[in-house]
Order: sequence, then structure tokens, then C-alpha cells
Amino acid sequence: MDERRVISNVCMLAGKIMLESGAETYRVEDTMNRMAAAFQLTEAESYATPTGINFSTDSEEASHFRRISKRSTDLHKIAEVNSISRQIVAEGLDPREALLLLKGVSSSKEQYPPWLLIIAAALVSGSFAIMFGGQWEDFLPAFLAGGVGFTAMIGFEKLIEMRFFAEFFASFVIGVLAVCCLHFSIGINLDKIIIGAVMPLVPGLHITNAVRDLMAGHLVAGVSKGVEAMLTAFAIGAGVAVVFAFI
Amino acid sequence: MIFAQCITSFIAAAGFGILFNAPRKALIQCGLVGMFGWLLYYILVAEGIDVVPATVFAAMLVAVLSHVCAKLYRTPIIIFNVSGIIPLVPGGIAYDAMRNFVENDYFHAVQLSAKVMLLAGSIAIGLMFSEVVNQLFRKSWDWLKP
Repeated sequence: MDERRVISNVCMLAGKIMLESGAETYRVEDTMNRMAAAFQLTEAESYATPTGINFSTDSEEASHFRRISKRSTDLHKIAEVNSISRQIVAEGLDPREALLLLKGVSSSKEQYPPWLLIIAAALVSGSFAIMFGGQWEDFLPAFLAGGVGFTAMIGFEKLIEMRFFAEFFASFVIGVLAVCCLHFSIGINLDKIIIGAVMPLVPGLHITNAVRDLMAGHLVAGVSKGVEAMLTAFAIGAGVAVVFAFI
Repeated sequence: MIFAQCITSFIAAAGFGILFNAPRKALIQCGLVGMFGWLLYYILVAEGIDVVPATVFAAMLVAVLSHVCAKLYRTPIIIFNVSGIIPLVPGGIAYDAMRNFVENDYFHAVQLSAKVMLLAGSIAIGLMFSEVVNQLFRKSWDWLKP
């Protein structure tokens, strides 16, 4: 491979990992441009949206395109890519070595086991129930519903390929569990329990990131992220509303 | 009561750090940043200030603390401010708005959606404000330097 191909591969892979890990688009473009500039490609241009990236090393060269299909939040990968890009800029890391490092980051596994994620989600749910003005009696039902709901979401995501359905079913499960808990008189405020329990599923971060992208001038990215967040919130609201329709 | 808010907001921010796969050594700092942000918001709201300005100030505090942590521990700032703003994020209201939409109560649903937009915007403003101050300091330092 010639040098330019390697360099554009490095930039594209870095951008892809960052976008898939939920970094803001302006940060992705900034990182790609800095890396390209460090490899003496000052004419390089990048254009990132939540669903794909364009990158060209020069206006006379062919431009490269990558499609982004899966998006989640993974701060560890963002931190790793960031440190690699710093090494490139500050220490003049070789593009081939950088490509190897980035491939390692791209295939790295999550550092927390699934059971820890579930416990964290359950604790988050219980805490939010208190923070939103619930009583201590609401902690346990929110803890239970949040943990089971998060587990259900992970399970449904593996079973069903369709987007938004995992969130819909998970919030349905949460609603059923919360109503059951109240039926056996564990907990006091149904609303607080449900809001706490759905918090690990709610795309609050995406809403905020969408506004930040809009303010940075990335209108396409901001609007599309906002729509995605809205659809997810809609799926969650619908899942709980189905339960309310029956009681 | 404020003690309970301390503990729960710490758990919420650090727990979201785990869900977002934050580096292990940054989890406690994430929790602390989230806790201080939420405490400022909680105290301001308890003093009778509207939620939107309270969110702006709390987000500013989160941004400043994240800057300090990022400098101290040499990690990108996004790790700290993403987990730090989690307690402030209007996820609960977003969910409430959507539930009202699904239940055909458009009057309340539109009101709550507008609130969500305002709160998300104020978090973004708060986070950006600290970046503005940071740039201002750096640029004026460069300019004042002989």
C-alpha cells in the first residue's frame, strides 16, 4: 500500500471508532484533520455525520467513504483513540503502527462484564428514583425494575435486529414490574419508580450531544441525532403507556 | 436529605460511567463531578431559582471540574463531562413528555417537550461556556505575553 492509502485508512478508522462510540461529530472531524495535518496532508478534508464519514486527502485524490451502522456510547474507546492521535501529533508515530494500534482498539472487548453492567443499571435506577423526589421505599422497586429492564434490553437487542424494539419491550417489562411491586405494596410513588427505572435506557446524552452539534454548526448531524433520540424516547414512552392502558 | 442526594447522585454518575464503559481509574472522579453538579442544581432549585438557569450554572460547574480532572489525569475531557452531566440531563422529563403523547394528552406533552429542549440547550450552553472561558484565558495570555 502506498503511504497516502495508509494515512487515509488511519484517519478513517479513527473517525469510525469515535463515531461508533458516541463522540460529537465536530470532535471527530477535528481529530481526523489534526492527524492528517501531522502526516503532512494539510489539504485533507473530512465530513462526518452520525451515519457515515467522508474523507479525502487532497482535492485531486479520490475521496473515501465509510458507513456507520451501529452507534453506542463507549468512553474507553474514545479515550484510546484520543491518546493515539496525541501520539501521532506529538511524537510522530508511524502511520502503519498507528493503524495496528487502532485496529487493536476497534476489536477490543468491553472492560466490564455484563453482570456488573446490570448491577450498575439497577443502582442507577434506584438512585434516580430518590433524586427525582421519591421516598426511600421506592429505591428497592426501582432497583429491581431497572435491573430487570436493562437485562431485558440486552437480551432483546441480541434477539431482535430491529431498532427501537428492544427499548419498547424493556420499558414494557419495567412498567409491568413497577405495577406488580405496587400491587404487593412495595414502594409508594409509581411515577418515580418508573422514571428511575427507565433512566438507564433514556437517550438523555444523545439529546444533549445533538444540541451541542447544532451549536457547533453541524446541522445535519445535530438534527439526525436529535431525531434518533426522540424515536428512542418515543419507544420507551410507548412501552410504558401500553402497561397504563391495561390498569 | 442533602446527604441522601449526595450519595444517590454519586452512584448515578459513577454507575453511568460503568454503563458508558469509562476507564476504571476515572470512575470515582466521574461520580464526584456528577455529584457536585447535581448538588449545585439541587441547592439552586431549593433556593427558588428556575430550573433552566440552575441547569446552566450546574453544567458550568461540571465543565470546569471536568477541565480540572482532564488536566490532572491526562484523559480526554469527554469522559468526565459525559458522566458528570448525567444527573442534569432531562431524561425523566423526556420520558414524561413521550408518555403524555402516547396517552393523547398533547397539551402537557408539547409543554414538556419544550422544557426538554430548553434544558438540553442550557446544558450545552453551560458546557460551551467553560470552553469559551478557557479559550479566552489562553488567547489573552498569548496576547499579553511579550
